[in-house]
Amino acid sequence: MYEILEKKTLSENVKLMRIHAPLVAEKAKAGQFVMLRIDEKGERIPLTIADYDRKKGTVTIIFMEVGKTTKQLGTMEAGDKILNFVGPLGQPSEIEKFGTVVMVGGGVGIAPLYPIVRELKKAGNYVISILGARNKSLLMLEEEIERFSDEIHICTDDGSKGVKGFVSDVLQKLIDAGKKIDVVWAVGPVIMMKVVSDLTRKYGIRTVVSLNPIMVDGTGMCGSCRVSVGGETKFACVDGPEFDGHLVDFDNLMLRNQRFVEEEKHACKLLERRGI
Amino acid sequence: MGVKKEKHKMPEQPPEERIHNFNEVPLGYPVEVAVEEAKRCLQCKNRPCTKGCPVEIDIPDFIKKIAEGDFDKAVEVLKTKTSLPAVCGRVCPYENQCEGQCTLLKVGEPVAIGRLERFLADYERMKGVKPPKIPESTGKKVAIIGAGPAGLTCAGDLAKMGHSVTIFEALHAPGGVLMYGIPEFRLPKEIVKSEVDYIEKLGVEIKYDIVVGKTITIEELRREYDAVFIGTGAGLPRFLNIPGENLNGVYSANEFLTRVNMMKAYLFPEYDTPIKIGKTVATFGAGNVAMDCARTALRLGAKKSLIIYRRSEKEMPARAEEIEHAKEEGIEFKLLTNPVEFIGDEKGVLKAVKCIKMKLGEPDETGRCRPVPIPGSEFTLDIDTALIAIGQSPNPLISQTMKNLKVGKHGNIVTDENGRTNIPGVFAGGDIATGAATVILAMGAGKRAARAIDEYLKSK
Repeated sequence: MYEILEKKTLSENVKLMRIHAPLVAEKAKAGQFVMLRIDEKGERIPLTIADYDRKKGTVTIIFMEVGKTTKQLGTMEAGDKILNFVGPLGQPSEIEKFGTVVMVGGGVGIAPLYPIVRELKKAGNYVISILGARNKSLLMLEEEIERFSDEIHICTDDGSKGVKGFVSDVLQKLIDAGKKIDVVWAVGPVIMMKVVSDLTRKYGIRTVVSLNPIMVDGTGMCGSCRVSVGGETKFACVDGPEFDGHLVDFDNLMLRNQRFVEEEKHACKLLERRGI
Repeated sequence: MGVKKEKHKMPEQPPEERIHNFNEVPLGYPVEVAVEEAKRCLQCKNRPCTKGCPVEIDIPDFIKKIAEGDFDKAVEVLKTKTSLPAVCGRVCPYENQCEGQCTLLKVGEPVAIGRLERFLADYERMKGVKPPKIPESTGKKVAIIGAGPAGLTCAGDLAKMGHSVTIFEALHAPGGVLMYGIPEFRLPKEIVKSEVDYIEKLGVEIKYDIVVGKTITIEELRREYDAVFIGTGAGLPRFLNIPGENLNGVYSANEFLTRVNMMKAYLFPEYDTPIKIGKTVATFGAGNVAMDCARTALRLGAKKSLIIYRRSEKEMPARAEEIEHAKEEGIEFKLLTNPVEFIGDEKGVLKAVKCIKMKLGEPDETGRCRPVPIPGSEFTLDIDTALIAIGQSPNPLISQTMKNLKVGKHGNIVTDENGRTNIPGVFAGGDIATGAATVILAMGAGKRAARAIDEYLKSK
């Protein structure tokens, strides 16, 4: 059992939790993820690691309440325990001195972006961060990310904070201004990662995306998370979750993420009926 | 000689009933039938059956005790060699092993050794399993990676030798393929749990949620333990590598079975993990896993469940009993047929499969006739769900993270016949060493490795 040590509400349906999981914290690296299961009847879901503290033995997760499991998790409080919490899984981000890196985070994708920003800054990169969300209340970790960024740009779809527009608009402006960019990281909704990858492809800028497809075991056993990368089938859980954005078949990924939409809706409805 | 030529029949749930539930299909021998069946044994001096058993069970001895009605003693004999009798008594391919060597085959059917083993294991479980005697500790510590058939057997045997054993399991439940792979109607999960419970009573500790190679490294384990056994199985699903395989509605057998068996998707929404099953389900492959998939699909409500296989019936790798059960339940077999493409609708959902007819050519390196496509014989079948059951490869996680470990060309860990790898103190066995095989072969490998580990520990 893994105790929730701290819970924070970042926005109406985005929660942060610090979980006591010393073995996971000990090995966690930026870009990796965990699989968790709340209780005996629960589903196993993947969540990208938002932070870790090896000394305290804790792992931070940030999640948006979108499905049955995340909604139920959102009702849990500090002191409650999660039945299973496995990790760190997947390949860590490639951290080295690239030169100038642009870190694009969209919505809840800003959370897993944070440790990558931090490690890339520590590795000596010039870090430009672009954070975007639908509105102000869905932005997060701005201060933390700013601390490890040389430049930070904020944008919202409705203009409630920063520039009104999409992260790709901001990125386009940086490119137009003649900024020499060595690598772009894009973490967020699939459509955002697709748009960013389509943009950088035109300029030949290497782009890393972090995928979050449906998983069951998270250890390479089931192939539920398979994605087509450069025409080859890869498992996001063991080969990823990060891939070359220019090679990922995002359209197929979007369709595969819809596999259990009806079942999810049904499960959420039952949860609501129970008053959760 | 008045020996009955046929095995006593085991009662089963009728097909028309069982395709609507996940309860076990065979119901087990009643006491009097077990005793009668045991009396068919000729008690041969040369014990061909024992020679055919990968874990060397003293078969004539336990059968004699059943014939005498001394079931407790029979259980004792059985359990000196196997810690998982209720599992073996259900999923072993007896026809190729113990029963395949039985002297009675000369005049008729062999003694139903598998059914008798199952009878004893069930008898013991009903009565309440006697806690085993725990031997004096040797002070040696062994780490086992993977709580599947190989790891559990190795752990049980080492514990009986007095070593302190810890199993590291990546998933949240024990049993490996016994839990995630083999369906409830063939191997009830309660039975797996009770067998694991017995191994824990021997003093074995199981730690869950630990992915060795990720959560801890094998090098760390080697520093803390005197020996390590790797039994991580063949978890990597193979795909057909044909167009359309990533359409919604195409599952690997592993994903489908894990969702249903381990995550209990057949009880959705009481359990959170969903599964989608269409009206027509096609399973590709004809091994035991394929039969499990096709039969599970029926129980989930499929109107039509097909097995599509590129060779003929004779080459099907599944056990005869599994094929028989599948046929009784109305599974349709489309043989000498190979898929070439999955076809989807505009939403990326599977709606059909394009296949080609095959004929058998010259035998290949496995001795089976190589299937050859018949040009121009393509046809399309409307299907809603496709299950790919064409085999699994060894799990690469450990070999990827332990660079000096010798690995074969299929990703299997190279060992000698007793499970020794090229690194002293590191042993491996089961599907990770042999590639996908059977539960009992993995158990046999775990057993031999336990002996080799014991020798190694004593020599240290």
